[in-house]
Amino acid sequence: MSRSRPYIRPVETLWWARSPYLAYTLREATGVAVLGYALVLLAGVVCLATGERAYDVWLDFLKSPWSLSLHVLFLIGMIAHTWTWFRILPKTMPRLVIGGRILPQIRITAGGVAVAAASFIFIVFVAVWTQP
Amino acid sequence: MLAALIGPALVLLTGLAAPTGIGLTNNFMSFARAMAFAQHPLGKLILFIVIVLFIWHGAERIYLTLRDMHAGAKFSLMWICYMTAGVLTLITIGALATIGS
Amino acid sequence: MPPDPAAGAATREIVIEVLRYRSETDLKPLLQAFRVPFTDDMSVLQGLQYIKDHLDGSLSFRWSCRMAICGSCGMMIGAQPKLACMTFLRDYYPGPLTVEPLAHFPIERDLVVTVGGFVKKIESIYPYLIPKTQRSLDEGEYLQTPLQLARYETFSDCINCMLCYAACPQFGENPDFIGPGAMALLQRYNGDSRDGAQAMRMDLVHTDNGAWSCTAVGNCSEVCPKQVDPANAVNQNKTKSALDFFLRFLGRPLYWEHTASDGDKP
Repeated sequence: MSRSRPYIRPVETLWWARSPYLAYTLREATGVAVLGYALVLLAGVVCLATGERAYDVWLDFLKSPWSLSLHVLFLIGMIAHTWTWFRILPKTMPRLVIGGRILPQIRITAGGVAVAAASFIFIVFVAVWTQP
Repeated sequence: MLAALIGPALVLLTGLAAPTGIGLTNNFMSFARAMAFAQHPLGKLILFIVIVLFIWHGAERIYLTLRDMHAGAKFSLMWICYMTAGVLTLITIGALATIGS
Repeated sequence: MPPDPAAGAATREIVIEVLRYRSETDLKPLLQAFRVPFTDDMSVLQGLQYIKDHLDGSLSFRWSCRMAICGSCGMMIGAQPKLACMTFLRDYYPGPLTVEPLAHFPIERDLVVTVGGFVKKIESIYPYLIPKTQRSLDEGEYLQTPLQLARYETFSDCINCMLCYAACPQFGENPDFIGPGAMALLQRYNGDSRDGAQAMRMDLVHTDNGAWSCTAVGNCSEVCPKQVDPANAVNQNKTKSALDFFLRFLGRPLYWEHTASDGDKP
């Protein structure tokens, strides 16, 4: 009998950049928008704690084209984050039973996105309503 | 989950609407209003939760992505990502405490 | 069997490139091209069988039922993990169609991969019912409602074809990851109302090679030929593992898989 000598193929280091994994990598990359926005808020809180002049610097930064472009990217990232979040959420839950039937995963996604949309509208409404 | 629910609205309001004055008045985030918000215990809590949860969620996603990309040894990446998140959390606590009430 | 022109459209020819590896003569795998006449009803498996029967009898590959239920013929077809018996040559005409052994597994010979590791994983998760309370013979069977069955039924559809392991990049990076197939089988038992061994299986789930190697890529569920949804099996166990870690001091039955109310009652 010949001895077996199995061949182990090396893992491609760039697998995350190729289809079908690129979509997953982009989903994970939306975390950069979440962290990035948190850092902008943190900078604002630190400036607020420092004093009015520091805080005005932060406000001026927010008005700059750099910041506005950055926030457009953040917004795209946040929306992508929300959408992909609710796409994957049903996978993290056991099979739910509603009204004697297993709830299809797509309904969980649809429900989640609906809640997110309602939450978006609500927050914007509250902001516009409480503005000076 | 928090980022998924409130992230887009916050970015739109604080990053685009308030600075440009489109949709919100220009002094939506004025020093006086910001201070009043941050000095209130509920405002502090909201700022803390939003900033800290976003930081940790972002840190985890970035750690996993860097690990997928073979950017470094698993433990080094873990340390860098989560230590940074820890430090930023402490800064947040410090800044909010400094604002006082 | 040579292609039967009476079976459909006229016979065409496709080029199939197969990754060959014979450990007694080859240092590393190499692609070998074959011209295969085919009709529109022929699967990739039939194409391989044509090669073995008429062109090169030394070609080695696993197959059995040729109807997508035995799970033997999993391989990389056009760089995607598929069952050869339910993938059709007409979709890859004129080729060249690249056929390689299932990704992330050591190559034993040609298209045959080493599956011992996978078998050990599914053996390790206590793949049998361990009842919460034993019933004696005169008490009758362990009854289950259709709804209780529905909670875990898809996980019992797994045919052990290992396409999900080929699709999973985290398994590619970490061959010790217990993997989607084993986790689906684990969840088949954990989710079964007649079973009471969740705590035993949880010890496997907690580890870095358990559910936590998974980063929710989700490709495993995409490639599964039986819609088992192993991604759901792994990721719901991440949630349970986290809950268990924090709540174990409160006593596990509080939040466990199913409550006593849907336990043994029919």
